[in-house]
Amino acid sequence: MSKETNKEMNPVEPYLRMDRMPHIWCSGCGIGIVVNCFVRALQKSKVDINKLAVVSGIGCTGRIAGYFKVDSFHTTHGRPIPFATGLKTARPDMNVWVFSGEGDLVSIGGNHFIHAARRNADLKVICVNNFTYAMTGGQVGPTAPLHSIATTAPYGTYDQPFNLPFLAESSGAVYVARWTTFHVRQLVKSMQEIKNKPGFSFLEVIAPCPTIYQRRNRLGDGLAGMRYYKERSKVVNGADTRNVDIKLGGDIIVGKFIDRDRPTQLEAMDQELSHKLGDKYVPYPTGVER
Amino acid sequence: MVAAKVGSKGKNGTKKKGKFFGEVFIVRERCKGCGFCVEFCPTKVLALDEAMNEKGYHPPIIVNIEACNGCDLCGLYCPDFAIHGIRHRNKEVG
Repeated sequence: MSKETNKEMNPVEPYLRMDRMPHIWCSGCGIGIVVNCFVRALQKSKVDINKLAVVSGIGCTGRIAGYFKVDSFHTTHGRPIPFATGLKTARPDMNVWVFSGEGDLVSIGGNHFIHAARRNADLKVICVNNFTYAMTGGQVGPTAPLHSIATTAPYGTYDQPFNLPFLAESSGAVYVARWTTFHVRQLVKSMQEIKNKPGFSFLEVIAPCPTIYQRRNRLGDGLAGMRYYKERSKVVNGADTRNVDIKLGGDIIVGKFIDRDRPTQLEAMDQELSHKLGDKYVPYPTGVER
Repeated sequence: MVAAKVGSKGKNGTKKKGKFFGEVFIVRERCKGCGFCVEFCPTKVLALDEAMNEKGYHPPIIVNIEACNGCDLCGLYCPDFAIHGIRHRNKEVG
């Protein structure tokens, strides 16, 4: 990566493969805002990008890995967390970030998600939630609010959606937060905190999807979505995650919900095996620089 | 690599009272006209241009650079990496 910084150059440019621009995201999509916030967080916390890996699955958000000019994996559908767990186990000194959509992470990859959280694998998981499978045309996603319209639910969704912070907390994540793409400063701050947090950190970002979700549900364009987040989101830090589910047209509770400490997967392995085996056990080389 | 940028310098002059002044850089060709930067600029520096870029979107233009304090919210909100702001300290104010 070239280190020269030209003030006319957008701050994200040194971190992205600009030859792939313009990106595929629609006008008014929120995923680019997540990329902006991530780059600002990297700059503020002075991350060594040679020790940074970005992993994502399939979907609109899954494209993030392809656009980042760092070590990045664009994995199969639903499998970013297994890839990232393997990467973290092989290279414990790396900062491993998972960026993916809600359909990829908690529907197709749902089992990987809960078990990585249960084991407390040292991953930083950013879930961009736009309430639908946008890239494949708008099927019902695992977080689609009740009564919302989708291509596979033309009269309205009747399945109970996932409440992602509650799912992450009950599975064992050590850091759980939710913000919308309107809360950019808070997103940067949360990503900086996640960077320094050992263990399974989960950040849900509510993002507008003007082309699929909002068009089918007559919620206006991307700007209307952002205005809605501005008006209807309520910051409740430390809220009980059982009460933060999202209803169609209702309030969105945002904030940092959980920040607790548990031994990570590799630390727990070291503790258990050195306790049982004593001097015969050689500790796992975890050289994490935080 | 990068197309010509529309830059405008804040005037480091006597009229300003703020501690900071800002510069805004726009890449017209990258813009997809979502309007986030215009809507969420706290000091209303930007407006949507009536002319279109080559993709047929209306990019933002700078209408009131005097008000800019370089907070870079436009850069954080732009999903297409087409705009960003830079903050400078106003030495006369300190």
